Amino acid sequence: MTPLTACLLLSCLLFACGLGAVLVRRNAIVVLIGIELMLNAANLNFIAFWRYGPRPESLDGLLFTLFAIAVAAAEAAVGLALIIALYRRHRSADVDAARELQG
Amino acid sequence: MTVVFALLAGITLGAALAAVTLRNLVHAALCLAVTLSGLGLVYVSLGAEFVGLVQVLVYVGAVAILIVFAVLLVRGTELPRQRTSHAPWLGAAITILLSGVLIWAVLRSPSLRRDPAPAPLVTVRAIGERLVRDQVVSLQTLGLLLTAATLGAALIALPRRGSESDSHPPATP
Repeated sequence: MTPLTACLLLSCLLFACGLGAVLVRRNAIVVLIGIELMLNAANLNFIAFWRYGPRPESLDGLLFTLFAIAVAAAEAAVGLALIIALYRRHRSADVDAARELQG
Repeated sequence: MTVVFALLAGITLGAALAAVTLRNLVHAALCLAVTLSGLGLVYVSLGAEFVGLVQVLVYVGAVAILIVFAVLLVRGTELPRQRTSHAPWLGAAITILLSGVLIWAVLRSPSLRRDPAPAPLVTVRAIGERLVRDQVVSLQTLGLLLTAATLGAALIALPRRGSESDSHPPATP
């Protein structure tokens, strides 16, 4: 197994953990943890393809990962604010509690 | 695949599994912090020391702590049972199917089987020069995005004036 394959397999399994959390669990905070795990799996792919790709001296994968980390931080802040607003309104952090938009 | 990488991957995956399966949300958030630190160490072992440092600073230092704060604000850290979606087996099946397809594709891909290039020498100076020279527009946009996200998060989380939370009836159980 080449190092690139090992990195990609680790990334696949991390992504599966995150996707399972988003699809199965109903607590909004666990859903957010799953989203963070999926974002990190994508970042690991960027780093792995940068390191083992044909042109590692170009730094493109590194820069993309830095930007992705910053955007993920903004996403986490807004997501947690939404969870707190949801909790304040429904007294529950259950994503099934927010069903006003379903009509 | 070296022993160090296998060890880091095992710790990362185990902590990730614990983070999404534990019922106590504080434990889950701390396991998430372990996962993110493990990923930072994987980045360091891949030669991206600066990104590993940023990962630890931003994710472990900010995002994981934010999640712990949210858990403490949204009381009730111990989840009751029966808190899965209406069709948990469907979600689990989709997850297993998708990860199976991804792993099959990774293992079958012929383009991954080539010898890795020698490790490049990456200095923080080179990253900084790329950031403030070629990518300066993206960098400024990112600053704007972070400012807007912070203001938006504060606005969303503020209690609305006149409609305090107690005036809202709780949702039907």
